[in-house]
Amino acid sequence: MNLKPARKFLKAACAAFALCLAVFALSGCSGKFVVLDPQGPVAATQQRLIVLSAVLCAIVIIPVLAILVFIVWRYRDKPGNKAPYTPDWHDSKLLETIWWGIPIIIIGILGTYTARDTFALAKPPVSDTTPITVQVTSLDWKWLFTYPDQHIATVNYVQIPAGVPVRFQLTSDAPMNSFWVPQLGGQEYTMPGMAMQLWLQADKPGVYYGTGANFSGKDFAHMRFDVEAKPQAEFNQWVSSVKQTAPALTKSGYEQLVQPGTSEKTLYSSYPDGLFDDIVNKNGGMYMHHSSAPGEPGESSGTSATGATGTSGMTDMPGMNHH
Amino acid sequence: MLTKLKDFASTFFVTGDPLIYGADVAIVLTTIAIVFVLTYFKKWTWLWKEWLTSVDHKKIGIMYLIASLLMLFRGGVDALLMRTQLALPNIQFLQADHYNEIFTTHGTIMILFMAMPMMFALFNIVVPLQLGARDVAYPFLNALSFWLFFFGAMLFNLSFVIGGSPDAGWLSYPPLSEMSHSPGVGENFYIWGIQISGIGSLATGINFLVTILKMRAPGMKLMNMPLFSWSVLSTSVMIIFAFPILTITLALLFVDRFLGAHFFTMTAGGNPMMYVNLIWMWGHPEVYIVVIPAFGIYSEIVSTFSKKKIFGYKSMVFSMMIISVLSFFTWVHHFFTMGAGADVNTFFAISTMAIGIPTGVKIFNWLFTMFRGRIQLKQPMLWTLAFIPCFVVGGATGVMLAVAPADYQYHNSYFLIAHFHQVLIGGVVFGYLAGIYYWWPKMFGFKLDEKLGKWAFWTWNIGFYVCFMPQYALGFMGMTRRVYTYGWDMGWAPLNLVSSIGAFLMGIGFIFQVWQISYSIKYGERDTTGDPWNARTLEWSIPSPAPMYNFATVPHVSEQDAWWAEKQAREAGKRAAAAPALEPIHMPKNSGIPIIMAAFWFVAGFGFVFSWIWMAVAGLLGVAACLLARSFQYDTDYYIPVDEIKRTEASFGRGI
Repeated sequence: MNLKPARKFLKAACAAFALCLAVFALSGCSGKFVVLDPQGPVAATQQRLIVLSAVLCAIVIIPVLAILVFIVWRYRDKPGNKAPYTPDWHDSKLLETIWWGIPIIIIGILGTYTARDTFALAKPPVSDTTPITVQVTSLDWKWLFTYPDQHIATVNYVQIPAGVPVRFQLTSDAPMNSFWVPQLGGQEYTMPGMAMQLWLQADKPGVYYGTGANFSGKDFAHMRFDVEAKPQAEFNQWVSSVKQTAPALTKSGYEQLVQPGTSEKTLYSSYPDGLFDDIVNKNGGMYMHHSSAPGEPGESSGTSATGATGTSGMTDMPGMNHH
Repeated sequence: MLTKLKDFASTFFVTGDPLIYGADVAIVLTTIAIVFVLTYFKKWTWLWKEWLTSVDHKKIGIMYLIASLLMLFRGGVDALLMRTQLALPNIQFLQADHYNEIFTTHGTIMILFMAMPMMFALFNIVVPLQLGARDVAYPFLNALSFWLFFFGAMLFNLSFVIGGSPDAGWLSYPPLSEMSHSPGVGENFYIWGIQISGIGSLATGINFLVTILKMRAPGMKLMNMPLFSWSVLSTSVMIIFAFPILTITLALLFVDRFLGAHFFTMTAGGNPMMYVNLIWMWGHPEVYIVVIPAFGIYSEIVSTFSKKKIFGYKSMVFSMMIISVLSFFTWVHHFFTMGAGADVNTFFAISTMAIGIPTGVKIFNWLFTMFRGRIQLKQPMLWTLAFIPCFVVGGATGVMLAVAPADYQYHNSYFLIAHFHQVLIGGVVFGYLAGIYYWWPKMFGFKLDEKLGKWAFWTWNIGFYVCFMPQYALGFMGMTRRVYTYGWDMGWAPLNLVSSIGAFLMGIGFIFQVWQISYSIKYGERDTTGDPWNARTLEWSIPSPAPMYNFATVPHVSEQDAWWAEKQAREAGKRAAAAPALEPIHMPKNSGIPIIMAAFWFVAGFGFVFSWIWMAVAGLLGVAACLLARSFQYDTDYYIPVDEIKRTEASFGRGI
């Protein structure tokens, strides 16, 4: 065998790497890496973990790839290769201990940080301000937001005060979806009959991209919404202007909204009392009353997830809300 | 009457899409062509006697291989249709409904009807030969497994011209897959296609576990067994534990749909989370089920093409067994974001990362098998070498995904898509292709052309990176999976275009392989030695292609790499002890029952799909009749006389 294939292999590897760089450069011009552009404490923690895990993995990957290239190059089968050849050497306690050890250490470090942040993110982001609650309902194929304290509602658009932790309560009146605003933090599923909860916070005013992330049927691709963070005063102003100018969302209006189809951004000055709870209950939430967490803020009745686990709403069995 | 018939036809057949009409025509023409060729050349009897009723593990393996390559083609076309639709924003090539069907069938076919049968092809062809056995433990059951897979796959594939394809994703999460949201028959096709082939998969797992435990050549201790066989053992155990979960889950989903039960709907006290948990309790082990045999293949190839004993054999065995156990404790990482508590998420995050440890050890052991070896860059080794960097990077992104809080950002995004394609293509597909190139001479008696193979290799590989590296970036840009279109606003267009180009490069790679196979049938280098790669394990000690009884005399094994040791001994002038005298060989008889029984399953499945109870009952009665017929069949085996063995061996140039 000659060394042509080995050289080809190296060349191709370099070409692939260069291509990757070019692609990143190219996309850097036009697109935005929203996941790597945190605008709030939750997304920032997640981004730190992403970077940490990438670096830890790189510490292993890069030497392994270098060793691979070196070995294939040096021990290629060509006449006159002077490199040693030990066809029966197959065991080394020392070497094996090293490479059982390295990944164990790496996973140990990463595991520790993972555990720490998983528990940390289950709590509201640190802040002196009182949180605000926004209820999120995914529909076929649009997002309904209701504000239990302000008593207004919106579709495919949500405004929040900047610098204030937001407790999103999530449910669905359609197949499951997932509520994702990458610049503010990771996603959480919306599921019929359950109220889950997700803490997010925007540090600065701005408009952030939000999307449904879990496939829910025909027009899933159009389930986009904007999250707009405004200073508290402007937010309050917006609320009162919505109350004054927008139409009300009536019971029959909601029945209309639930029908499959897409929707434009819409504002409502009010919505039927207890709408969110009704949605959760009619989809089976009534079977979960006993998991009620007393003293929860907001208006949800027993269906809300227990506060103890925070990011998630659930206790015991993975994904199960009841005991 | 006529209008009734028209109504029926318009719902029974999929209508309205020119792509589907094209497929209809192609299917009819191909069927006519096949029937014509078989009739013209009078090959029906040959087909029935030599193939359709065969219980020979090698022939069953080849049938698995052909079926899986066809399914690779179908799944690949699905992929290219999707990448065409996503190449640029707002393309009107596919409508939402059609796109949703295509990604659903792409995923289902690639995992269940491409990867699984390709894996079973290699199990069947290689394991008995590696063990020095004459067949698997239960040859009849083995044929039945194949035909169940085949008819299950056909039932599933039928859905795109009859009734309509499933469109709720490859795992069909309820409530989307319930009657309320998917009233068509597509989900029924999904359920019954998988159910029928799933029974076959479970039986294969049992078959190979028993084969490995009971049918090794005398003297072959478990710790001397070739690593591919070890990987099959590990996978068989996983299949036996995982597949019943799938069967039960889909059965419950069917009861929900068919009888209006509420296992997976909240409205009457059920819970979709139960489905999600159950399906991933099968689904996660499933990905290790398909990748572990690839690890076995790499181990054989690295050792053969480095002309060196595998490094750290015990570690290799140990790590595979650890992975197969750990794989059952990671399923929740598929839904960290569905509201499991911090404690649960932490447990499953760390158990997931822990799988990286034994996997990493295997990589090091492969590297150090090559270290101080003599590396020959033949086709099987090329794919193995391409696997290592690809899988290392894919594994690393897997560890990144395991970090639960970070997963809240990756989940359902193109980062995830890039990750699992990298481990499934870079790990599983590369591995099986390497295995096919490696064992091809043993199956067919000739090698696949090197030059065309290199073209295929480079287009596949370059295509892979061009296709999937941009998808990691798209994930960071917030692009979610399963969107059938997107706008210009997010800046996703350039990377999607690049990705689509890569997908088509891989398609060209596949065409090179088809070309390579057709070319090599005629011009490929014939293997007259039975050991074209100077390999190490028992399958290379017999002629290529292997005679129907595999081993004229059963080999005695006393160490690892038995055939290599034998060759060394011969070279050193120490001829092994004289071979024992030939004896008549006990063989199983062919049987038509497996294909007939599976066909009845197909009928039953089709009946259930359309809720035609009369048809379902008729099918099930047929299945029962076949079972009964088999239980009263006593004449199921025969002996190959010594003369015939001598003649066969002589035809390979081996006198005994």
